[in-house]
Amino acid sequence: MALVTAEKLVKNYVLGDITVQAIRGVDFSIEPASFVSFIGPSGSGKSTLLNMIGCLDPPTGGTLQVAGREITGLSRKEAARFRGEHIGFVFQDFNLIPVLTVFENVEYPLQMVQNWPKEKRRKRVMDMLDAVGMADQGNKYPGQISGGQKQRVAVARALVTNAELVLADEPTANLDRETANRIITLMQQMRDEFGTTFVFSTHDPRIVKNVEITFSIEDGMLEKNHIAGGGADA
Amino acid sequence: MLNILKLAIRNLKRYKRRTFLTSMLISLGVVAVLLFISVSGSFKAMMVGQITDSMLGHLQIHKKGYLASIDSLPLNRNLNQQQIKKVEQILAEEEAIEAYSMRIKMGAMFSNFVETTNIRLNAVMPSQEIDTAPLLTDRIIEGQKDGLIKKGEILVPELIAKGLKVKVGDAIVLVANNKDGSVNGQNFVVRGILEGISGPGGRDGMIHIDDAKSLLRISGAEVSEIAVRLNDIDQLPTVFSRLKSQFGSLRNKQDKPVFEVHTWEKLSPFFNIAKMIDLMTFFIKIMLIAIVLVSIMNVMIMAVYERINEIGTLAAIGTLPGKILALFVVEGFLLGILGAVTGTVISLIGISFMNASQISFDFGRQTGLLLSPTIAAGDVISVALVVIAIAVAASLQPAFKAARMDPITALRHV
Repeated sequence: MALVTAEKLVKNYVLGDITVQAIRGVDFSIEPASFVSFIGPSGSGKSTLLNMIGCLDPPTGGTLQVAGREITGLSRKEAARFRGEHIGFVFQDFNLIPVLTVFENVEYPLQMVQNWPKEKRRKRVMDMLDAVGMADQGNKYPGQISGGQKQRVAVARALVTNAELVLADEPTANLDRETANRIITLMQQMRDEFGTTFVFSTHDPRIVKNVEITFSIEDGMLEKNHIAGGGADA
Repeated sequence: MLNILKLAIRNLKRYKRRTFLTSMLISLGVVAVLLFISVSGSFKAMMVGQITDSMLGHLQIHKKGYLASIDSLPLNRNLNQQQIKKVEQILAEEEAIEAYSMRIKMGAMFSNFVETTNIRLNAVMPSQEIDTAPLLTDRIIEGQKDGLIKKGEILVPELIAKGLKVKVGDAIVLVANNKDGSVNGQNFVVRGILEGISGPGGRDGMIHIDDAKSLLRISGAEVSEIAVRLNDIDQLPTVFSRLKSQFGSLRNKQDKPVFEVHTWEKLSPFFNIAKMIDLMTFFIKIMLIAIVLVSIMNVMIMAVYERINEIGTLAAIGTLPGKILALFVVEGFLLGILGAVTGTVISLIGISFMNASQISFDFGRQTGLLLSPTIAAGDVISVALVVIAIAVAASLQPAFKAARMDPITALRHV
């Protein structure tokens, strides 16, 4: 069973008197534990697709199922709860909470969103920090670590809740080549270790080279899909 | 909740200077209010004490209609023997009463055998009067204070003593109209000079009640007013209510009330000043509320604006809107607590300093009154609670804005 299934998915934005069709009735599905990328030029609609999959932006039409649940009609609260339980996010600017330490940033979703008990939480956070190679940096604040380290922490935060799906919007855009490669490798390892599905929105060829499936999107249409390793249909 | 508290504290520490300045502004408001309450309260308490303890008593009982014509000191509106007994009977049953004093109020001609002037007099039983107005003897600025007054003696008001150049030990004569219209005169020796104070009766002279009776040719028991002192002035409203009800139920043959009961508040114009002080205190509290409201709202609006991207992140990773709201409300709450606590501590230090400094002031003709500001725990708590409540209320709007923020818009914010 697919982790994400979209049918005739539409997203329109109304700007004054003009309606902009950002996504024009696309169909696609993403299988569990896959490494998928939406690629396309700026303004093509790839971030919009990612936002809809991540329950951040409701579709205008069509259906969209994530982790077996139809998410098109979710309220703000339901959407927040769903994100907290099923989806992890990795952002281009890392988006760590500056007043929390590395440990606390990773701990945050377990503590404030899923209410895990303290001991279980601490063990899980340490395991995740260990997995991303940041176990010895737990007491540092985001301002005290490098960009690559921040993105490692962001990956740990996205995975700490056992999310089935991690959405990464341009995760390597602010990283140098070597660091970007290490982050991509880390994500692949995480996918292999935890079976998490990673979906990227990117035009970074380094990511495109490494993903199994790419969806090319232009003017709101999924024009083609390139299957490197199988596992997706469009 | 502890996590939200921890996060709120860290966010406040993140902008140390702004947190410091905002809490100092709130503290300043709290200090202004608490110092004003303590100083004005001290002034009020002192003036009320002066007025009630050296002249009026806490309550006064008259024959119905006496107060309306008190300027002419009517002898035909005195309480008679039977009415006095009834009053004594009711007062004896009231446990909150410490003492009472029967007075005859009268007007007379005062002559030092060279010049003559009008004088208003209180005729009293010395022992009753001392118990009812314990600060009265402090108003005797010249002459013997002990025992207040004896038969054949008079305490002359300061202004008349100065005007007629009367000294302690001088002989004077009082001539008074009697109830039947006849005139009678009697010699007195000046026992002391009585300091004038603000308010009704504050510039009256004083003689023994037996002298008044002989001067006015009153044969039986007869008094113009009965001044009452309570054990505790805070009981005044309840005791007044009880006495008013009891005396109000006593009616004459025409079914009209026989007595009237008034508190010092009705009798003294200072009560209006006290009310003005209360009004000023109220407006200063309003200003404090405005300070807290504006400063907290300003800070929280800034806090939300500066952290839009962070709010988007929190929302994206699944933080419920209620928790985002709580995060900002708790920040406002903590700012309120910080300001209230700091302001209270500074105020208490300030009050202690003023007490140690022995600051004196003049009021009307009274000089050298010692300011001794105090503040009730209730006032401190109520001001602190108001500040904290307003701080929370002021942070609600920015907090709601943060909680309702669209995650995508917030994440895109630079």
